[in-house]
Amino acid sequence: MSADEMRADEAKPGESVHRGDPVVVDRYTAGARINHWITAACLILLAISGMALFHPSLFGLTALFGGGQATRAIHPWIGVVLFFSFSGLFLRFWRLNLWKGADTTWLARLNKVLGNRDHEDPDLVEIGKYNAGQKMVFWGMTLLILTLIGSGLVIWDEYFASYTTITQKRLAVLLHAGAAVAIICIWIVHVYAAIWVRGTISAMTKGQVTGGWAWRHHRKWLRELVTGGPRPAE
Amino acid sequence: MFPPIPNPDLKAATKFGEKDLIRRSASRVAEPAQKLTPMAKLIDVSKCIGCKACQSACLEWNDLREPVGFNDGTYNNPPDLTPTSLTVMKFTEWVNPETRNLEWLIRKDGCMHCADPGCLKACPAPGAIVQYSNGIVDFVHENCIGCGYCVKGCPFNIPRISKADSKAYKCTLCSDRVSVGQGPACAKACPTQAIVFGTKDEMKQWADGRIKDLKSRGYKNAGLYDPPGVGGTHVMYVLHHADQPEIYAGLPRDPRISPLVEIWKGVAKYAGLAVMGAFAVFGVLHHAVMGPNRVTREDESAAKQLTETQS
Repeated sequence: MSADEMRADEAKPGESVHRGDPVVVDRYTAGARINHWITAACLILLAISGMALFHPSLFGLTALFGGGQATRAIHPWIGVVLFFSFSGLFLRFWRLNLWKGADTTWLARLNKVLGNRDHEDPDLVEIGKYNAGQKMVFWGMTLLILTLIGSGLVIWDEYFASYTTITQKRLAVLLHAGAAVAIICIWIVHVYAAIWVRGTISAMTKGQVTGGWAWRHHRKWLRELVTGGPRPAE
Repeated sequence: MFPPIPNPDLKAATKFGEKDLIRRSASRVAEPAQKLTPMAKLIDVSKCIGCKACQSACLEWNDLREPVGFNDGTYNNPPDLTPTSLTVMKFTEWVNPETRNLEWLIRKDGCMHCADPGCLKACPAPGAIVQYSNGIVDFVHENCIGCGYCVKGCPFNIPRISKADSKAYKCTLCSDRVSVGQGPACAKACPTQAIVFGTKDEMKQWADGRIKDLKSRGYKNAGLYDPPGVGGTHVMYVLHHADQPEIYAGLPRDPRISPLVEIWKGVAKYAGLAVMGAFAVFGVLHHAVMGPNRVTREDESAAKQLTETQS
């Protein structure tokens, strides 16, 4: 074990602190990043191809997929890839996204967070690997992807037309459109937060963040990494 | 009798074009300068003998071949509309509870050519479904993407998606024949003139005469099926029991575009785009007002200190 890797043997996979100036913290494994970017690419392609069929003024986007017929044929398959890819992310991250009492406090003081004043509030400083906003993105995505894959199968007429009634298909198509709008809104929040909070994007490009970033936004997580986990000394 | 439709002078005839469109799916069209006379097909169920000449004529004219299927124990053959059978006879054996008589209710099923077409409203592909000013609703197959939205939009369960080319098919009201002054192939082939074709006004008058005749023969509920929920249709039925259209193989009593489809194709579009736009605008504004959330030098040194005190 090299001298600048602290407690790497005790940290969770992909998470360790490298001493230096600045301190560098590993946040995501290469596997998690690849998994994330496959999901991200699918979500963007689904949003573009879906919006092309959602509003007539956006129908021209079908040209990106080789025309209307090709868009109609490929959209559901991208959805299947996204479903399995997101399932991977879900298995990786669900435990860390369980809701805690502190998350409710964070949410109640959302105006402070958005106003860049969260660092003045001692209750908003000690945050684990994910804050309440990130957790809501995670669970929102989870619920909406389940809704989208479920309603999507009902309206995937090429293979499943005969399994449902037309009324069920009408309900599914409305649900699908509504869930798609909601998930695109969550996606906008997710991307905007990554841009607004400088230093975040490197977590998903290099897998690493600076120690200062971890101190500022996820101090509890950083402490746990440095001291070797939340478990009390046995 | 309604006079048979004569063969017209083909030299004088012109095809329908863009100038005749009053609706085009996922598009806006200009109001046509000159509107065609609204046309209609009238199907007099009380006169139908179930010979299927109309069905054969439809296959012939449209050069379609229905694959050999299975007999399901009824006269219905094929049992339902298919991408190649744009019209089928639906045979219902109905016992009239008042007279205890068995009545053959034989309805020719197919596209009703609604004045307010649900298929066209639901279609996302520009120009895949068009409505001419004479009332004919037609599918333009080169623009069809096979999404099946028309199936969800239709209040009559008419369009069928072909497994061969993934495109939607339904009765065209022989728009190619009508555009050169001929009547639909089914009307031309009908041996009893149960199917007649002409202007919508003529067809309503003709129906009135038939309804009077039926009433004089004891069918007190005889009437015309031209449902107002879809703005009227350009295929109408004379029914001997117009008070209960359901007995004619499930003809809907009050068809209209499903409210789910109206929401999906109406408010959801504008609200959906507006909500997504609002989120994006909020992000831009928030960043413009608050600026980026940057890590400070103090944060970095605090992290450094933390790591060093723990070693």
